[in-house]
Amino acid sequence: MSTSTTSAPPPGTQDPPPKTRHGPAHPVAARRGWRRALRRDWQLYSLAVLPLLFFLVFRYLPMIGNVIAFRRFEPGGSILGEQWVGLRYVRMFLTDPTFWQVFRNTLWLGGLTLVFCFPIPIVLALLLNEVRRRSLKRFVQSVSYLPHFLSIVIVAGITMQMLATDGPVNHVLDWFGHDPVRFIQEPGWFRTIYVGSEIWQTAGWGTILYLAALTTIDEDLYEAARIDGASRWRQIWHVTLPGIRPTMITLLILNIGTFLAVGFEKVLLLYNPLTYPTADVVSTYLYRAGVESNSFSYAAAIGLFEAIIGLVLVTGANQLSRRTVGTSLW
Amino acid sequence: MNQPTRGYRVFQGVNGVILTLVVLVTLYPFVNIIARSFSGERQIRAGEVTLWPEGFNLTTYRIVFQDSMFWRNYGNTVLYTVVSTVVAMVLTTCYAYVLSKRNLKGRGVLVGVAVFTMFFTGGLIPNYVLVTSLGLKNSVWAIALPNAISVFNLLVMKAFFESLPTELEEAAEIDGLSTYGILLRVVLPLSKAVIATMLLFYSVSFWNSWFSAYLYMDRTELMPATVYLRNLISGATTGGNAGAGTEQLSQVGANIQAVTIVLTSLPILCVYPFVQRYFVSGVMLGAVKG
Repeated sequence: MSTSTTSAPPPGTQDPPPKTRHGPAHPVAARRGWRRALRRDWQLYSLAVLPLLFFLVFRYLPMIGNVIAFRRFEPGGSILGEQWVGLRYVRMFLTDPTFWQVFRNTLWLGGLTLVFCFPIPIVLALLLNEVRRRSLKRFVQSVSYLPHFLSIVIVAGITMQMLATDGPVNHVLDWFGHDPVRFIQEPGWFRTIYVGSEIWQTAGWGTILYLAALTTIDEDLYEAARIDGASRWRQIWHVTLPGIRPTMITLLILNIGTFLAVGFEKVLLLYNPLTYPTADVVSTYLYRAGVESNSFSYAAAIGLFEAIIGLVLVTGANQLSRRTVGTSLW
Repeated sequence: MNQPTRGYRVFQGVNGVILTLVVLVTLYPFVNIIARSFSGERQIRAGEVTLWPEGFNLTTYRIVFQDSMFWRNYGNTVLYTVVSTVVAMVLTTCYAYVLSKRNLKGRGVLVGVAVFTMFFTGGLIPNYVLVTSLGLKNSVWAIALPNAISVFNLLVMKAFFESLPTELEEAAEIDGLSTYGILLRVVLPLSKAVIATMLLFYSVSFWNSWFSAYLYMDRTELMPATVYLRNLISGATTGGNAGAGTEQLSQVGANIQAVTIVLTSLPILCVYPFVQRYFVSGVMLGAVKG
């Protein structure tokens, strides 16, 4: 790059970063390469300093901060805790009946979300793809994206309003002679409410990638299928679905990876002590344990467990799809 | 198209009905909330409000407008959104530009540092402890700094920079511009589309965010409007100042949530028709190149 700049690199950038060790086989050559790169591109590297600082402080330091799961942490003390306590906090949550209840709830909500929220955008995209009038198609799309742009607080507010005892849903029940249901207070309704509002908010937005994938399918394939006498349905089955399969698999892997992190914010907004039996999930439990009750180390142990399972899930799903269908995220 | 079969025509009809239902189900809650916000308390309780305000009145709007705390929180939302967006834009642009240089030594490592954080994060508690011990509590930095770079946005921007013709930058370099000069005077002016998209992505997400503020702000006067609404929903505050008559108070209970929902989402609803296609193209760019 800028060969015109001959000024020396600013102090601090002169030493090659430790990553060089993973570089070429000859350490001397590698060091010379780094020195040259730094002299040539120091202005570029300088642009990366603040962002790197951001990643180190706000992303990687918290990862290291997870050691407080194995150390006793005192509020106001060192952010890495005071002394080692081993697996004390891990044992604590593994023997905690509330933990297993919230773990079950998490699996339920995650599973239901996967079963309902993953396929609906695919179906919606296929339906939209069959619309011949462009203006109509665009209108339906624009409307269905809208809820995605609203704050989760607003979505929770709208959900509460719709389900209130004097809300529209209860009035429909009233027409059928049904007594009003206090949806928000009933543990039995929480899962339905959660998944329903999730579909409302995300279904339309989820179609974007599938619609994009649909436009890349070669028209000749449909032509060939038609000549072979394939009906519309067979065309969808044999051409359209295989065409969007890579997109489906990518999104499925991503969904599986975030399986345990189910809608923390939404649950926090929609639940209340009455619905804890079905609504309380791992992340809300650790939030209450950590932030509200100040058991930071205990909550960090739960959080670490959650993050590791998430990482295992996403890498596992990725491996599986690479072996079975040949597409993967990496 | 070759002539459609009868079965396909039936399907088209059914499809139209299904999509109409999708539109209705998506829009109804909005329309209903807006209608409620303008309706009388008695009519809401009686369930007369569906698509149009019944017993039209502006009492609740007046009450919310007179609530100085709501305006304060609304102002906070604006302030937090602007500050956080500026910080995020600067950091994301710088890093995306660096990552877009294919020949840069160590580029792979720099990309990896960012991408890894998409799959593994420190988690709520270590973040909370960190922000608290950095002394960021009760300041806008608690919201702006920990969310300064969204890796997704970063990858979208990187892909855009990579698509720019390199000849322009080489020419500018020969003309004696430094890297900073090239970025500011050549690359950024060519990148208005992606900059506008990123501005939208960030500002909408900061406008909508509530949890950071809820975690790190201790005093009501520091809350953004989303937390004001959250407190209304959870019944932590009733909203509206004292001094209102009994009739006014019951009006408050009936639809102050509706009014707050309308006011908080208003800016987004206003710009939505004009900006949604930018979002859509941005998401696709990120998905294809990311």
